[in-house]
Amino acid sequence: MSDMDMEDDGSGIVKKFMFLNRKAPHGTVYALEGLEVVLITAAFDQDVSLVFTDDGVYQLMKGIDTKGIEVKDFSKTYRALEGYDIEKLYVDRTSMEARGLTEDDLIVDVTVMSDDEMKNLMAEQDVVISF
Amino acid sequence: MPMVNIAGKEVEVDEEGYLVDLSQWNEDIAKYMAVEEKVDLTDAHWEVVNFLREYYAEYQIAPAVRVLTKAIGKKLGPEKGNNKYLYELFPYGPAKQACKIAGLPKPTGCI
Repeated sequence: MSDMDMEDDGSGIVKKFMFLNRKAPHGTVYALEGLEVVLITAAFDQDVSLVFTDDGVYQLMKGIDTKGIEVKDFSKTYRALEGYDIEKLYVDRTSMEARGLTEDDLIVDVTVMSDDEMKNLMAEQDVVISF
Repeated sequence: MPMVNIAGKEVEVDEEGYLVDLSQWNEDIAKYMAVEEKVDLTDAHWEVVNFLREYYAEYQIAPAVRVLTKAIGKKLGPEKGNNKYLYELFPYGPAKQACKIAGLPKPTGCI
């Protein structure tokens, strides 16, 4: 195999990346940093899925107001993901319902998944990164 | 962080010259940033700068250049939503230079 072929093989690899968001949007930097990593990853044309589970579901809540805690409200940025061709957003049903939320409370369109569906989706991934 | 005096007002910029507090932005600041970037502001430049400010207001981020190009194409037409047009206006990178003039932070994942 020539060097050229090797290079072609390397650049075309698409891996399945899952970013797992488990923490509330504010109070720690995890949610915002996770979002930035996702936006950067978008430049590499990989197969990206975002999962919101546990308190991570709160990241997608509509009507967040951060004025009182003097930090940036980045919840609107989740709506920009579509423009970055990141369209696979999943929410864990158990986590969502345990927090009294429904899909209507969320700022973006998501696919709501059962525990079993989530388990299968995770098993398919090449890389899972947790924030 | 460094302070610069723009049209009689002290404003704070980061080490690369981006405006720190975007609520301070005004046309004088845009003109100052444009001089720094050696960009001669025309209506075509303003169109992109204003587009970026609207994008930021809606999504709270400065878009990556690929995303900017696509979004401009959608809103202003394919003759503007392409690299050639945008790089002619902002030779050192439309996302980078136009964001600076628009008073936005440097785009995430900017190359």
